[in-house]
Amino acid sequence: MESLLWYATRGAGMASLILFTAVGCLGMLTVGRWQRPGWPRFLTAEFHSNLALLSVVFLAIHILIAALDPYTSLGLGSALIPFSSPYRQFWLGLGGVSMYLIAAIIVTSLLRSRMGRRTWRAVHWSSYAAWPLAIMHSIGTGTDGGTAWGLLLVGGCVLAVVACLTWRIAATRVARARIDAALPARRVVS
Amino acid sequence: MSAILEATDRLLAGPSPAAGSESLAAHNVRLGPMPRVGADLIGTLERSGLLGRGGAGFPVGSKWRSVAERRSGPAVVVANGAEGEPHSSKDRKLMAARPHLVVDGALLAADAVGADELIVYVGADHRAAVAAMGRAIAERASTARVPIRLLETPVAYISGESSAVVNFINTDDARPTAGPHPRDRGVSGRATLVQNVESLAHAALIARHGEDWYRSAGRGPTSGTALVTISGAIAVPGVREIDYGTTLGEIVAGAGGATSDIQAVLLGGYFGGWAAVDDLRDLSLDPAMLADRGLSFGCGVIGLLPVERCGVWATSKILDYMAGESARQCGPCIFGLGAIAETTRRVAAGSAAPGDMDNLARWSRQIVGRGACHHPDGAAGLLQGALSVFASEFHLHQQDRRCSRPAATAPRGCGDG
Amino acid sequence: MGERLAIDRIRCDGYGMCAEMFPEGIELDDWGYPILRDGIIPDGLLPLARRAIEVCPVLALRLVNAPARPQSTSPVRPRPVESAPRS
Repeated sequence: MESLLWYATRGAGMASLILFTAVGCLGMLTVGRWQRPGWPRFLTAEFHSNLALLSVVFLAIHILIAALDPYTSLGLGSALIPFSSPYRQFWLGLGGVSMYLIAAIIVTSLLRSRMGRRTWRAVHWSSYAAWPLAIMHSIGTGTDGGTAWGLLLVGGCVLAVVACLTWRIAATRVARARIDAALPARRVVS
Repeated sequence: MSAILEATDRLLAGPSPAAGSESLAAHNVRLGPMPRVGADLIGTLERSGLLGRGGAGFPVGSKWRSVAERRSGPAVVVANGAEGEPHSSKDRKLMAARPHLVVDGALLAADAVGADELIVYVGADHRAAVAAMGRAIAERASTARVPIRLLETPVAYISGESSAVVNFINTDDARPTAGPHPRDRGVSGRATLVQNVESLAHAALIARHGEDWYRSAGRGPTSGTALVTISGAIAVPGVREIDYGTTLGEIVAGAGGATSDIQAVLLGGYFGGWAAVDDLRDLSLDPAMLADRGLSFGCGVIGLLPVERCGVWATSKILDYMAGESARQCGPCIFGLGAIAETTRRVAAGSAAPGDMDNLARWSRQIVGRGACHHPDGAAGLLQGALSVFASEFHLHQQDRRCSRPAATAPRGCGDG
Repeated sequence: MGERLAIDRIRCDGYGMCAEMFPEGIELDDWGYPILRDGIIPDGLLPLARRAIEVCPVLALRLVNAPARPQSTSPVRPRPVESAPRS
């Protein structure tokens, strides 16, 4: 019984990590305007938002089971207050921080039209912190962290993000160069 | 070196502007002290038909009324002396010669709309104007009801655009914004009246002499006088004051005559457009009559293009300038105006590619109304006018890839930015 | 009375997903920036317009009330730079 919940926690955690990795990649592909003929770009953007909501479900399952599983005796307190659990205090805590950042991102995105754009953007950019924290959390706390398949999975996630991030930075540079090339030399305005 | 020409008896009446800025004492002796705001100064301005002199020609009385009738809170008045239009020098000359008239108008506006702050916004490179307005403000500071401060604006074509003015005052960034209209939320979030300095000077005279006096000038449908700047192939370039409705022929004659045969006139500045020369003698400088012909009085720029110059090159130079002056905030301006400038340059240089002329026509229609400000609209209007006025020259450049005026490959004068 | 789309031209970065979502009301120019169709959006198309607003990564689009009036013709002379910007 206990091990079933324990497996469920780790499974949901892994699923959550993979899903959020995909969400991050889709986000970077959206901003970098990735396109293929015949593929409507709005699908990339909508995939990104919809998948994020699905990922939250798995994250919630992961957190709730881990917290309420009598075998772990972590309790909801460990989940809600980062770095408060004696079990792998640091690595678990990182997960807590990541959870809060993700919660803020999700909430601000749902209320996007009602808030200042700068606020929304600043919170959304914290995804670049939330994801590595989640990676470190899964390596540090995950019992599977030492297994080959566990490392392979995490390694795959890291590779995917690095690839998309590299592409996104290059794409932004290209876009800026296009703008700079469009007009003759500017006079200083401000 | 430009000179101020013989003027009619209004804004430039009094001592010759060449003698420097009129002092407060002389101003008060000549015109009497600044009048109190009458019970209905705004109504007087509305009935006078005074139009704004910044280029848009919006009725001044209505503009003051819309700020005065705001829901709540004090307002701010900004006297706009940025004068970013390169061929216009009337605002700086007016500020340099009659600073107290401008300050009168601004203070009257502040009283009429219930403002508690007055900002005088002057282009930084208009040194004489900056000095004169600075001195005038210092002389008036003790008696003015509201604090007055002078702000120098960076040099740019669009720095005089109302939202750019407000943005610079609020954030030091002189680029237009897409937010609320300044009359609703402007400087420090308060209702703001941004008014051209020449408009304010006219208002100051109307407050003294009344609407009938103002309407007694002007020969056609539009009443009053206006400052114009004549440049290009003219013997005595510079600023002069005219009655609305004066013909272009009279103005040219009064400025010493043209130095060459004229093929076209740039009317209203880069935001106006070209007028073909057949119209020269009959062309009445009256905003309403010009609008009927699809032309614009704008900010009173009159640029004479001599026959020796190539109209396509002149247009290309202007479009290059306007493209460079883009605030680079909106795609249609960055790419549309950029492509228009580059294509026109190619056509001017005799390297037109097939489809270039079709592209120019299409792009100039496409960019209209699709920027946060009206900068792309001005460029589009200028190009559309040029395609019509210089149609045969454009055709020559595109079809035969040559210019009928090969000596003028790097023209200067009218059309240069 | 009805609603039409309005756009913040400074925020718009030319993603163009709005035109994919709502081609009846938005088309793209040569550089991928949206050209909004004049006039009120028919009721049946409002859901698409709303999705176009939602999908924009920079929230450049919004719905505004519009009086029922005939499609405006473009002015003979565009208004000069000094006047305030329209939305």
